Amino acid sequence: MKKLFKEIYIIWLREMIRYWRTKPRLISSLAMPLIWLVLFGSGMKSAFAIGGGQAGFDFIQFLFPGVIGMSILFTSIFSVMSIVTDRQFGFLKEILVAPVSRVSIALGKILGGSTTAMIQGTIMILLSPIVGIKLSLGLVLAMLPVMFIASIALTSIGLVVASRMKSAEGFQMIMNFIMMPMFFLSGAMFPLSNLPNWMDILSKINPASYAIDLVRQVSFKFMDTPTQVIDLLSIDLFGHQVNLWTDLLIVSVFGVIMVTFGVFLFNKSD
Amino acid sequence: MSIIEVKGLTRKFKDLTAVNNVSFEVNRGEIFGFLGPNGAGKTTTINMLTTLLKPTSGQALINGFNAVKDKDKVRSSIGLIFQDPSLDDKLTAKENLKFHAWLYGESGEKMDQRIDNMLGLLDLAVRKKDLVETFSGGMKRRLEIARGLLHYPKVLFLDEPTIGLDPQTRNRIWEYIMQLRQKEDITMFMTTHYMDEAEYCDRIAIMDKGEIIAIDTPKKLKDMIGGDVITLITDNNDQATQEIKNKFGLEVNKKDDGLLITKETGEEFIPLLFRGLSMKVKSVDLRKPTLNDVFLKLTGREIRDEEASTYDKAKKFYKMRIRH
Repeated sequence: MKKLFKEIYIIWLREMIRYWRTKPRLISSLAMPLIWLVLFGSGMKSAFAIGGGQAGFDFIQFLFPGVIGMSILFTSIFSVMSIVTDRQFGFLKEILVAPVSRVSIALGKILGGSTTAMIQGTIMILLSPIVGIKLSLGLVLAMLPVMFIASIALTSIGLVVASRMKSAEGFQMIMNFIMMPMFFLSGAMFPLSNLPNWMDILSKINPASYAIDLVRQVSFKFMDTPTQVIDLLSIDLFGHQVNLWTDLLIVSVFGVIMVTFGVFLFNKSD
Repeated sequence: MSIIEVKGLTRKFKDLTAVNNVSFEVNRGEIFGFLGPNGAGKTTTINMLTTLLKPTSGQALINGFNAVKDKDKVRSSIGLIFQDPSLDDKLTAKENLKFHAWLYGESGEKMDQRIDNMLGLLDLAVRKKDLVETFSGGMKRRLEIARGLLHYPKVLFLDEPTIGLDPQTRNRIWEYIMQLRQKEDITMFMTTHYMDEAEYCDRIAIMDKGEIIAIDTPKKLKDMIGGDVITLITDNNDQATQEIKNKFGLEVNKKDDGLLITKETGEEFIPLLFRGLSMKVKSVDLRKPTLNDVFLKLTGREIRDEEASTYDKAKKFYKMRIRH
């Protein structure tokens, strides 16, 4: 058991060092969500107001958790690309011939990806006053575990794909096919209420919807959001309104399944 | 006792049999080489011996451990230098070694010392804090050799250790390898398609189309040719041919304006030849048979170095292209 943790730690540590040293990646991954939030958010804010323009709630407040969720989604999934690039540039072989279990390698990669996603999510939260969100310690502390669970579940999707891919280009292609629909159907950018029927079904199958909703519900607790708005925005599943805890359960169960599946696939690959 | 024992090892990829029923043993402490053209199955064999690939059938024991059942024990017993670079460019030389040591469960002050020692042995001490992405091809190879030996393996596998390097760097790498061999008390298993490199080996297995067609010391393999190749030019080649046939009972072949004779220990035969001939000898050339002659004799084809190097270049070019 101690050996397992140590192995996971080594793999994780390398991911952290690489993340820190690849500056363009660091900068662009922080800049993109910020651009969305500031430019897209501020622009859309004037265009429409949700819930008939209630006082104390505007589009930025809606978009902010969505952008954090988006940031986590993109970073998590793409961080696992390091498995593919390691394979492509030969470094994976160095790890695979070492007396280290494949399970540790896979878990180390998942944790590495989740950590980078969490760091980016946290920085986004810290930058939120720029767009007029009230920052509080409670918000940061409550968001950390939520982001952690969400990013582990999402990173594992990447692992499932990465365990078989041989080139980074291929991985990016496949991931864009998976990620773009996941992103647009997740409710990160617009509410999932009043969607056409087919889109409504797809959005409810989409695990990212619950991850985004989880992030949103938690952050609403710290933003004095009117109950009316929360009710309006929450996902309606089989006639029940999905609350924070249901979100958490769905994301966790999905996470456990994906981690197991991803580790299994990685273990089997040559 | 043999440190590597391979029995009936076979690997199939769909219709293709990459390695077909290969058996051999490697003695402790020797340098054992796999020689053969590209695609002969050398790397596939190494991948099976090093637990990276599961054999279709047959078994391999390394340091007494089964490469399929005791993977971790085999992995701890071996070091590997891959055909393609396998360093982390974003880590420094020292960090690469440290990461490696940790993967093998080794840490602490003794290991730190070992890391510094190895960096010193391979003349990388000054660059130890530099990112690997700033290293030349030869330096990267040296770092990989240091890394492969770091955890005191019993067998070091070298898959085409000097592929893609210029001749000068290749010689330097071999100096390091031979020097380390004495210091580290280690068995080396290598593959190559370079004839001159195969000469460094104590024993060679010649591989072609997935099968081993000969195993022996380089000298004995070359003895198969039946002696040295002597090229002789005289004042009167026709008369010389007659005299050689009568006096020594040897077959003589004409080639251009010279005569070709094959004779064991040719260096001892030349003085006798000179004494026995009545005409003036213009020139004589004695050539030892090469492993290429051996491969030619066994398969009817040559291991073509030029062809191989074009392949290397293409491979290197492709690597560079995808990296940028």
